[in-house]
Amino acid sequence: MERSVKLECRGVWKVYGAQPESFLAKHNGAPTTADFESERMIGAVRDANVQVYEGEIFVIMGLSGSGKSTLVRCLSRLIESTAGEINFEGRNLLTMTDAELIEVRRKKMGMVFQHFALLPHLTVLQNAAFPLEIQGVSLKDREARARQMIELVGLQGREDYYPRQLSGGQQQRVGIARSLVAEPDLWFLDEPFSALDPLIRREMQDEFLRLQSMLHKTIVFITHDFDEAIRLADRIAVMKDGSIEQIDTPENLVMNPATPYVEEFTRHIPRAKVMKLQSIMSKGVPDGDYAGDLAGHLTVADTVLQLDQAGLPFRVLDQDGSPVGTVGSKDAVDIMIGRTVG
Amino acid sequence: MTGIVTFLTKGSRPFWLALLVITWALSTWSFPLYKALGARWIIKFPKKYELSLDTWISNAMTWLVEDAHFILFTFRDLTRFIAAMIEIPYRIMRSLLIDGFSLGQGQQAIEIAPSISWIAIIGAMAALAFYAKNRALAWLAGLCFAYLAVFGQWESAMVTLASVLIAVPIGVGGGLALGILSYRHPWFERLLRPLLDLMQTVPVFAYLVPILFLFGFGPVSALVATVIYAMPPMVRVATVALHSVPEEIIEAGRMVGSKPRQLMWKVLVPTALPSLMVGVNQVIMLSLNMVIIASMIGAGGLGYDVLTSLRRLDIGGGIEAGLAIVVMAIALDRVSQAFAIRRVRPRPDPSKPLYLRYPLLSFVMALTVITTLLGLWIPAFRLYPEALTITTGSIWSTIMEWINVTFFDTLEAIKTFFLTYLLLPVKRFFTGIPWAWGIIVMGLISARLGGWKLGLMAALMTLFIAANGLWAKAMITVYLVSVSVLIASAIGIPLGVWAGQNARANTVIGTLIDTLQTLPSFVYLIPVVMLFRVGDFSAMIAVVLYALAPAVRYAAHGIRSIDPELIDAGKAAGCTDRQLLVRIKMPLAAPSLLLGLNQTIMLALSMLVITALVGTRDLGQEVYIALTKANTGQGIIAGLSVAFIAIMADRIVTALARTSQERLGVK
Repeated sequence: MERSVKLECRGVWKVYGAQPESFLAKHNGAPTTADFESERMIGAVRDANVQVYEGEIFVIMGLSGSGKSTLVRCLSRLIESTAGEINFEGRNLLTMTDAELIEVRRKKMGMVFQHFALLPHLTVLQNAAFPLEIQGVSLKDREARARQMIELVGLQGREDYYPRQLSGGQQQRVGIARSLVAEPDLWFLDEPFSALDPLIRREMQDEFLRLQSMLHKTIVFITHDFDEAIRLADRIAVMKDGSIEQIDTPENLVMNPATPYVEEFTRHIPRAKVMKLQSIMSKGVPDGDYAGDLAGHLTVADTVLQLDQAGLPFRVLDQDGSPVGTVGSKDAVDIMIGRTVG
Repeated sequence: MTGIVTFLTKGSRPFWLALLVITWALSTWSFPLYKALGARWIIKFPKKYELSLDTWISNAMTWLVEDAHFILFTFRDLTRFIAAMIEIPYRIMRSLLIDGFSLGQGQQAIEIAPSISWIAIIGAMAALAFYAKNRALAWLAGLCFAYLAVFGQWESAMVTLASVLIAVPIGVGGGLALGILSYRHPWFERLLRPLLDLMQTVPVFAYLVPILFLFGFGPVSALVATVIYAMPPMVRVATVALHSVPEEIIEAGRMVGSKPRQLMWKVLVPTALPSLMVGVNQVIMLSLNMVIIASMIGAGGLGYDVLTSLRRLDIGGGIEAGLAIVVMAIALDRVSQAFAIRRVRPRPDPSKPLYLRYPLLSFVMALTVITTLLGLWIPAFRLYPEALTITTGSIWSTIMEWINVTFFDTLEAIKTFFLTYLLLPVKRFFTGIPWAWGIIVMGLISARLGGWKLGLMAALMTLFIAANGLWAKAMITVYLVSVSVLIASAIGIPLGVWAGQNARANTVIGTLIDTLQTLPSFVYLIPVVMLFRVGDFSAMIAVVLYALAPAVRYAAHGIRSIDPELIDAGKAAGCTDRQLLVRIKMPLAAPSLLLGLNQTIMLALSMLVITALVGTRDLGQEVYIALTKANTGQGIIAGLSVAFIAIMADRIVTALARTSQERLGVK
């Protein structure tokens, strides 16, 4: 199941300070932390290498000041990288002319912002239709498209409201509708739920997963919330001080942290929330009695009640729905209480 | 040597004390010193070193107007073209509002279309107010304009309104354009900022002269002067408003693939619109502020009425026309303010017919057509019937006369008291300072507070004033401003502190201050001159009234924005109310008070120039003389001198405010 790379960045640096290019050149393109400090430069992004595959949810996770927002702005070329290469669908994003870039953004990219960034003078409908208005789509067509999007995010009936009349969660739904109206392939979400309170955040995460199951976009999702990251991500890049510490699946981050920082970060994450049945199952399906079938991508936490009540082991199914292994309540309990597996 | 440097830059109390003592001594004994030494240069800048900048400027101006030409056209062609571009819309607006459209000249003129009925104009104003806010504002605006008709000020008011309606769009459009340029190009902003500083501090009179030269006497000159005067705040507001659009909204605009122009007009400007409306309000108010001054170079209308009444000492007429300006200012101010905070409303239901979707517009249009058509046959619809106008002129004259007769002794006593114990001593102090010491002292003070660069700048500016032979007049300006600012602060800060602590006082004082601020500066002169006649004392009172507002506002703001926890901490420590005020509130409000002081000084200076009309002998008078003699150079030099005083005061007080903010660790 080799998937194509949608967005790729190699050796991307974003340095702030006086004359960043010559600073990088002076240190052979790889200044150390000491170099940054001695010359009073700031390395917001340091040598970032990322590959985002078609159709995956790629989460960039880091605390505030770790450079995650800067990185996503480099990836979308909202800010110019100091050095490096960014390829989008095989084209170099950094050498595109302004006209080409505008065309790519109009047709291929969508973005959702932390504070919604809705235009205060436009109604919900007009906000959602805004990207099409910019493209010069006729009023009738763009409003029809925008109506579909508003329905998709569950805001029908509020088309003529103004943003300030909506709650935060509703405003972000408009932001999502706007980012999807031009049917982009690549979807950037910059801490989309961070400004919402916890209950709404959870609801919006579910909503987001529901949308993705229908739309199958390629997604770059920024968050500072590790729980959110493991809930949503196919793969996570953990950032610290501008550098990417590790890129991996949620499970691997927890089980095999590459650096002390990642380990520190993942130490208090309950394993059951991360571990998927397909990684704890016993391979092979011997004949016998089973309580039923469970999908391999479910986590232990999702299924532990079922496993515990059944008394019999379950068969674990792969993506195509064919049984590939078995899992019992003891496997789940081992994970829950942290007993070493095997 | 290092000891001296440290003393000058670091020492605090001894430094100020020494400075004060030396200045006072020199000021007191400069005249005997000059007599004893026979050195006249001590009190007067030597004539032979005086710069003749004013002559150069005047000559350059003459050359520009008479000889300068670009390849295809002369400079005069250019000014004529600009004049025509302004004159045509102005004529149309005037015809629409009051004159009517006619063909031909003078007696042979045939009217081809009437002006809009007065009823329709009042209706339109009320409808606009209703659209901006609510029924109450509609009543206010309607009644204000009805006042103009009933009290016989209609024709002059419409002439004034026509010029405001032309000046405001030009000011707003030009200001927005320059604001956008400064937003897009930081170098342009850096270039523009000192120019704006200068434009806002050079007294208006100073640029009336060159405008008169370029455009001649008449409404066009008046409009040009009004636009120049009213535009700078719009530029600033626009730049700040665009800069304060949240970064995310700009990013959202860019991510949907906006081209630069789309980003500006579909994202930035609409998002910044509420802030931009604040700028529009300022342009309107400043345009009205210019109404009287602009009538000196041919504006006509209400301003001209006030000016002629003031010159004839026609008390009643002056007050009537002045009140009309005030009424108009209040209406326009409130309506434009309402627009600034107006929230977008739901869109009208598109299934309804057009006239139901836009009921106000339909109402105004119907009213206009009906009343204007009726006006063709029934004159009362066209103009408010003269027989029904009420004139209050004689009442005002009687009241003023009664006050003057009854309270003559009291008023005279107050005036004498202030003159003897405050104005004259301060005046003697300032005018006695020898110019050379003045330059040194300004340099030292500025260097001490804001670094050597500021010190050098202040010394050079003071030298400029002295070297142009304006030292004595500049000191009179400084003395009048100092006294006025002192009194304004003495009244304003306690009022502000009170308003800051007491909600009810705040409502009353706030309304009072709002009203004072709405009045065009010139209006303050009318009652003051009536009561105290011409002279320094009258000038001071007018300046104090005009400059009071910022002292009150900033004091109230400073008190109100103190962290409540600190006040609770004070209470918990057992402070009495008085201790709370003196030990906690006042020190914490100090930066805010200083900012208020800065604004007070700026307003005082701008008002002081206008009081030249009531006979002060300061720089304002110099500018005014230049205006009457149409001497461009003299006007500009004196105007620049006032601007320099303003800039020095601004930089020094700002530096003070910054130090006190840093000391308190607040921003």
